[in-house]
Amino acid sequence: MGKVIVVTSGKGGVGKTTSTAALGAALAQRNEKVVVVDFDVGLRNLDLVMGAERRVVYDLINVIQGDAKLTQALIRDKRLENLFLLPASQTRDKDNLTPEGVEWVINELKRYFDWVICDSPAGIERGATLAMRHADIAVVVTNPEVSSVRDSDRIIGLLDSKTMKAERGERMEKHLLLTRYDGARAQRGDMLKVDDVLEILSIPLLGIIPESTDVLRASNLGAPVTLADARCAPSLAYFEAARRLAGEDIPVSIPEEKRSILGKIFARRAA
Amino acid sequence: MNIFRLFNKQRSAPLARERLQVLLAHERASSGSDLVAVLREEILAVIAKHVELDSDRVQVKMDRDENVSILEIDVEIPLNASRQAA
Repeated sequence: MGKVIVVTSGKGGVGKTTSTAALGAALAQRNEKVVVVDFDVGLRNLDLVMGAERRVVYDLINVIQGDAKLTQALIRDKRLENLFLLPASQTRDKDNLTPEGVEWVINELKRYFDWVICDSPAGIERGATLAMRHADIAVVVTNPEVSSVRDSDRIIGLLDSKTMKAERGERMEKHLLLTRYDGARAQRGDMLKVDDVLEILSIPLLGIIPESTDVLRASNLGAPVTLADARCAPSLAYFEAARRLAGEDIPVSIPEEKRSILGKIFARRAA
Repeated sequence: MNIFRLFNKQRSAPLARERLQVLLAHERASSGSDLVAVLREEILAVIAKHVELDSDRVQVKMDRDENVSILEIDVEIPLNASRQAA
């Protein structure tokens, strides 16, 4: 049985979709079978970031309503043969996501894939709670900025109360993915530092993704950043995070200076 | 000019950190989880059986940490009420 990951944040625009695509492609490059699932019904974007927007025929809602088979809705990545996308519906609204339907789809996907990565919509409404409902692991995407940290705290509370794991009395595994981190600004005291965010949210660190132009470049091209340029700084950080998700115990690299954008990351033990 | 500003401008990150810590301590206690609200009501009911108290003077707080959570219950009992109980 595969593992189910939810990529969530509460706040919009912090990098959930980018991170879902990047982690998915990074895990797939480790020869694991990966499916990324877009839960943002009505505002889908994972297809665009993955570069599969013109290949969408059926979507998650079609599968839930029985209009299409799961295998018909899955889109295989053109670059990585073991990476798949299950797109969200653009025309329906989120009320079409039923708890039973989502449960069935997730259980089916778990049988065939090593990793099922659910890209949560922003907010704490139905789409977001259903995306996290069946997760084994949560990746909480946070920017080093007050509103994002506050929303992440709220999401952590929901992960601990509204998920299947929580309801069964089990402990939900949660990881912090700090994105758009600018080491130089943090050094100057004008951006929350890694330790500040870790102390406030008290969940273990999965990785630090440096602020970088490579991320926008990749989405312009329609490729997960870990596929567009596997050697740029954000990609290296995502590959590291993927290794950690897969169970490896490796130190987290903290991007210290502006130079890090050129790929010069100074490895240092974090948290 | 740049160096001048560097020395004069207060660093903003420590302030952000402090504001968040205060805010989140409050939010976790109030709307954070249903559990706290339920606990608050039930604890209040038990104590009210024995002593007269002001429901606004009861604070239930949950502090979340990586390994443990601390449940803090702060009940203020008015002087005359405690005399009655004794």
